[in-house]
Amino acid sequence: MHKEAAIREPLILGDKSYHDITVDVVGPIENKAPKAWYLLITISSIIAVWGLGCVVYLISTGIGTWGLNKTVGWAWDITNFVWWVGIGHAGTLISAVLLLFRQKWRMAINRSAEAMTIFAVMMAALFPGIHMGRIWLAYWVLPLPNQFGSLWVNFNSPLLWDVFAISTYFSVSLVFWYIGLIPDFATIRDRMTNPTAKKIYGILSFGWSGKAKNWTRFEEVSLVLAGLATPLVFSVHSIVSMDFATSVIPGWHTTIFPPYFVSGAVFSGFAMVLTLLLIMRKVMKLENYITIKHVEYMNIVIIVTGSIVGVAYLTELFISWYSGVEYESYAFINRFSGPYAWSYWCMMTCNVISPQLFWFKKIRTNLTATFILSIVVNIGMWFERFVIIVTSLHRDYVPSSWSMFYPTWVDIGVFVGTIGIFFTLFLLFARFFPVLALNELKTILKSSGEKYKNEDH
Amino acid sequence: MAAQNNMTKVIHAMFDDDHRLLDAAGDLVAKGVKIRDVYSPFPIHGLDPVIGVKRTRIAIVSFMFGLTGLSLALLGMWYFMIGDWPMNIGGKPSFSLLENLPSFIPVSFEFTVLCAAHGMAITYMIRNKTLPGMPAVNPDPRTTDDKFVMEIADVENPGMSTAEIGEMLKSAGAIEINEKQLA
Repeated sequence: MHKEAAIREPLILGDKSYHDITVDVVGPIENKAPKAWYLLITISSIIAVWGLGCVVYLISTGIGTWGLNKTVGWAWDITNFVWWVGIGHAGTLISAVLLLFRQKWRMAINRSAEAMTIFAVMMAALFPGIHMGRIWLAYWVLPLPNQFGSLWVNFNSPLLWDVFAISTYFSVSLVFWYIGLIPDFATIRDRMTNPTAKKIYGILSFGWSGKAKNWTRFEEVSLVLAGLATPLVFSVHSIVSMDFATSVIPGWHTTIFPPYFVSGAVFSGFAMVLTLLLIMRKVMKLENYITIKHVEYMNIVIIVTGSIVGVAYLTELFISWYSGVEYESYAFINRFSGPYAWSYWCMMTCNVISPQLFWFKKIRTNLTATFILSIVVNIGMWFERFVIIVTSLHRDYVPSSWSMFYPTWVDIGVFVGTIGIFFTLFLLFARFFPVLALNELKTILKSSGEKYKNEDH
Repeated sequence: MAAQNNMTKVIHAMFDDDHRLLDAAGDLVAKGVKIRDVYSPFPIHGLDPVIGVKRTRIAIVSFMFGLTGLSLALLGMWYFMIGDWPMNIGGKPSFSLLENLPSFIPVSFEFTVLCAAHGMAITYMIRNKTLPGMPAVNPDPRTTDDKFVMEIADVENPGMSTAEIGEMLKSAGAIEINEKQLA
C-alpha cells in the first residue's frame, strides 16, 4: 500500500467514506441542476451561437471579412489558435506528467483539466480550419493520392507537422480521458434509477465490471499513455512554435521558441484550470476534494512557469541586441516602444509581474486573489501571442509596406464565440459527466484522507 | 457434485473494505481455495499476485504498435518526398531519406505516438471486453461504489463444499455471501 508522510497535508478533507465520494460526485448528475447552471449555459450558448454565426458568415463571404492586410497576414486567427492550444496543455500536464511523478493531488483535478484540454484543442483546431478560406478542401492537408499527379503535402513544413501534432494530441488526449471515464460511468450506471439514463450511462461505460485483471490493465494503460502523452505535449507546442521559428521574420526567427512556448502554454493552461475549477468547486460543493492545498500547488506551478516565461522575454530582448542584427534589434525596440507598446507592456505586467505575487503565501492561498490573477494571466498570455505575431509582422522590410492591424467585428465575433462554445461544452461536461476521477480518488482516501491521517497519528 | 450435473455454482462474497478483502484472499489462498475473480470499484494494489493474476503485457503491445507507426511514417515520407516526387524546397537536400531526416523527425514522432496510443487503447478495450454496448457482468451494483466482491467457483475447488468455503469467508470478514447457479 502507498504510505504517505504524516507532515503532508490531507488531499481529501472531512470524514469521507468510499460511498461518500460516490455520492458527492454522482449526486449533482442525479439531482436537478442549480439555477446558476441554467443561467450560465444560456449566456454561453447565446455567445456560442453568435460565434458559429460569425464562422458561417466568414466561410460564406471569405476571409476578407477579417482585418488582415498584405503586411499583417496572420493576426487574431493564429493568436487564438496558439492561445487555445496552450490552454489545453495544462490538462495533459496534470494527467500525464503528474502521474509519472506520482503526484496524488492530480486526482482531484485531472478529469476536468483533461476535459478542458479537449474542448480547448477543438477551439484551437477551428482557427486554421477557417483560415483556409475554403474549408471544404481541408482534407488537402493529408497525404492523399490525388488527380494532380504526384502532388504530395510538404513534410518539410512546420505547418504540416502541426497537422500531425494537433490531430495526434487531440485524439490521444480524448482516448486518455475516456479510458479514465469508463469505470466512473460504470459507477453512475449502477446507481441510476431512471431507465433511460441507466441505458445511456450503460452504453458509455462499455460494460465495465471492475474485474481484477481489468484494473491491472487499466493501471498499466494509464501509465503507458502518460508516458506517451508527456513527450507528446512538449512536442506539440514546440511544433506550434516552429510555425514561427523556422521562418525568417525578425522577432520569430529564434531558437528559444520551443521551450518558451511550452512553458507559456503550461502557464496559461494552469491559469484556465484555476478559473474553471474555482467556480466549479463552489457551485458543485467540491471544497473537500479541490482544497486550498490543490489551489496552492497550482499557483506554485504558475510561479515557476511564469518566471520561465519572464526569463524568456528578457533573453529575447538581450539576444536581439547581442546578435548585432539590425532587423532583429529593431523588431524588439519596436515591440516595447512602437505603436503596439501598449500590448507589450500589458503582456509584461500580466505575465511577468502579476504571478510573482504568488510568492506570498497569503495570496496563493486566497481564492479570490487566485481567481483574479488567473484571469489576468489568461489575458496576458493572449497578448503574448498577439505581440509575437502582429508586432513582428506589421513592420515589414520595406517601410512603404508598414501597416497596422485593426480587428473587424468578425475577428472579434469568432474569438468571443469560441469562448462561448468552450464554456458551453464545459458546462455540459460538468452537468452530465463525473467531474472528479471518483474511483481513482478512492485509492488515495486511506493514505491522504483527513480522517485516516488523523487516526494514524 | 455440481460438476457432475454440469452445473457450476459460484459464491459471491462481499466485503466492505479493500484491505479486509486482501487479507481474506491471502487466507483463503493459503487454505487452498482458488479465487476466480474479484470485482472492485478501484484497483486493489497487491491483490494480483495473491489471486494469481499475471502481469499484463499491454505495454509490449503498445511498443509494437509504436514501432509499426514509426516504420510506416518513415516509409511514407520516403515515398512522398524522396521516391515519388523529390521537390526542391528552400534548397533543402531531398535526394535521400537520411539527408532529409531532420525535418522528418517531428512527423515520425507524432505518428509513432498516434499508433502506439491508439493501438494499445483498442487492444485494451478488446481484451477487457469493454466495448460500446457490452453488458456489464459485475454481480452486484454496489461493486462500482464501495463494496468488493470475491468470486469463487465450486468447479475450481473440487475438494471443498460450498458450505465450507462459506464458513471460511465468513470468518475472514465477508459481510454477505450469495450462491448463484450458472447454467
